[in-house]
Amino acid sequence: MSDLTIAGRAALIALVVALLALPWIASGYILSVSIICLYLAYMGQAWNLMLGFAGLLSIGHALFVGLGAYASGFLFTKWGVPPVIGVAAAVAIAMLMGAIIGYLGFRFAISGVYFALLTIAFSEFVRILLDHAKFLGGTEGLFLPVTQASRRGVDLLNLRGWTEMYYYVILVLAAGAFLLCRALLHGRIGYYWRAIRDNPEAAAAVGVDIFRFRMFAVLLSSGMAGVAGVFYAFYYNNLFPEQVLGIERSIEITLAPIVGGVGTLFGPIFGAFVLTPLGELLTDFISHLKGWGIIGKDVKVDGVKLMFWGFTVALIVLLKPTGLWPWVCQRLHLVKPPGQRGS
Amino acid sequence: MALLEVDSLSKSFRGLRAVADVSFAVPEKGIVALIGPNGAGKTTCFNMIAGAMRPDSGRVRLGGADITGLRADRVCGAGIGRTFQLVKPFQDLTVLENVTVGALHKHSTVAAAKVEAARFLELMELGDKRHMHAANLTLPDRKRLEVARALATAPKVLLLDEVMAGLRPTETDRMVAVLKRLRAEAGLTILLIEHVMRAVMALSDHVIVLHHGEKISEGTPEHVTKDPAVLECYLGEGAV
Repeated sequence: MSDLTIAGRAALIALVVALLALPWIASGYILSVSIICLYLAYMGQAWNLMLGFAGLLSIGHALFVGLGAYASGFLFTKWGVPPVIGVAAAVAIAMLMGAIIGYLGFRFAISGVYFALLTIAFSEFVRILLDHAKFLGGTEGLFLPVTQASRRGVDLLNLRGWTEMYYYVILVLAAGAFLLCRALLHGRIGYYWRAIRDNPEAAAAVGVDIFRFRMFAVLLSSGMAGVAGVFYAFYYNNLFPEQVLGIERSIEITLAPIVGGVGTLFGPIFGAFVLTPLGELLTDFISHLKGWGIIGKDVKVDGVKLMFWGFTVALIVLLKPTGLWPWVCQRLHLVKPPGQRGS
Repeated sequence: MALLEVDSLSKSFRGLRAVADVSFAVPEKGIVALIGPNGAGKTTCFNMIAGAMRPDSGRVRLGGADITGLRADRVCGAGIGRTFQLVKPFQDLTVLENVTVGALHKHSTVAAAKVEAARFLELMELGDKRHMHAANLTLPDRKRLEVARALATAPKVLLLDEVMAGLRPTETDRMVAVLKRLRAEAGLTILLIEHVMRAVMALSDHVIVLHHGEKISEGTPEHVTKDPAVLECYLGEGAV
C-alpha cells in the first residue's frame, strides 16, 4: 500500500468496493463470468508463484486442480464428507503429487523446458489413469449430488447455496492468494525465490538451499491448486478427466499471468479480468456469426477460443513480454518509482 | 594453523588434468593470490573449494573442519563467500536486492538485511546505483556487485575471481584499499585469482602460481615475479 501513488490507492479502493458490491448490482450472467475471472486469478497466482517467483515452468497445473477436485468430490459423493474437511485431503494429495514431481525434477536436475515436460507427462498420466478409474466414474464422469434446495441459501460447510455464495468464496480465495503471495514475495523467501529464478548457481553461492526453496514453491503452488480443485468440484458439480485435467485447462491457467505479467503480483488478476470477458465476447460473437450464416454451425467455439488465446499470447510475447500490468501501472502512475518508496 | 587448507586437490575433465595435486594454505587474515596463465586451473580450484564442483581427490579444510565436496550453499554456511569470474548477478533484481539476498544469510528480516546490504554497496561505490536493475550495470560495476554480494554473507574467507578486470588503475587502487581495510577491521581472509599485477603486488602477502594445473611456484610477490619458472610459463622458454 505504501508503494502506491494516490491514483493507485484510489484504483485499489474502487476495485475492492466494486468486487464486494458486484452481486448486488450485476446480473446472474455477469456474476458467473466474474466467478471464472476470480477462479483464473486465483489459479494464476498459484501458477505465477512457481514460474514468476521461483522460475519453475509448469504446464500441468490442471493436474493439481484435478486431484483436489476428484479427492473432495469422491469423499463427498461416497461418504458425504463435507468439502470443509475434504479440502484437507485435496490439498494433501495435490501436494504429494507436487512433491513427487519436484523431487524428480530437482534431484535429477531437470530444469527449464524439461521440467515443464515433466509436469505435462504427469498430468496426462493421471488424466488417463482417471479415465480408467471406475470408482471415480471414469470417462462417464463423477457427479456431485445437487438438489433444488441445495441451490438456495448459504451452506458454507457443504459449499452449497446461491451463486452469490460461490462468488464470495472465490473472491476470498483470490484475495487471500494475492495477500499470501505478496507477503511471501516481500519476505526472505521471496528474495530467495527470485535469486534462484535469476541464477541458481549464484543463489547457492550466497547460501540458499535451492532444492529446499524450489520444493517449497512447488508444494505451496500445488496445495493452492488443490484448494481450487475443491471449488471447481462443488461449483460445477460434475467432473470429467478430459475436462478437468486436459492440457487445455493447464494452458488456460497460464494465460492470465502471461498476459498480465509473469512475476508481478497483480498481473494474474489483471490478466484474468482482461481475458475472461474477451473470451465471453468472442463466444457471443461466434454465435452471432453462426446465426447470420457467416460461419458453419458445426464450428466449435472451444477451437476458435484456443486459436484466439494462441494469438493473444503471441502478441503479448512479441509486444509486451513483461505483460500488460507493468505497462498499465506505469502509464497510469499507480505505483511509486523505487527511489521514492519508504525503504 | 591456516584457516583454509587445500590438500593435494585434483580434477580432470575427460582425461584432461585441469588441477593436479595442488596444495596450499591461506592463513587467517592472510591475502593470498592465485595467479597463472589462462587455463592454469585457477577457477577450477575455486569451484572445488566453493562446492560448485567436486574434486576427484584431495581435501579442503576450513578452520580444521573438512568441507570437501559439500554443496555450495553449505560451503557458504561454513564461512566461504565467493564471486564468479563470469559474473552472475540476479538480473531482474535491483542492485540493492542482489546484495540483500546475500545479507539474508546472516539476517533473518529483509529490513535488517537491506540496511546491511546498503552498507556494502557504499563500500563498493555502488550506493547511487542501488535502485538500478543489475542487468543494466557495466561490467566493472557488476564485478563490484559480485564482491558486495559475497561480502554481505559475512564470510570468514572471501574468494575473489578476477574482480579487478576492467577497472581503471585508480579504481583498482581503491578496491585494493577497501579489501585491505576489511582485513584490518573485520579480520577478513582473502584468496584471489587476479591477472591485474598492480593489484596482486599491492594486496597479497603470498602468491601461488599455477601452470597446466600444477603449482609451479609460491612465495612473496617479489619472490615469484623473479622466479625463472614463473617467467618462463608467462613469457615462454628462452625469455629468461
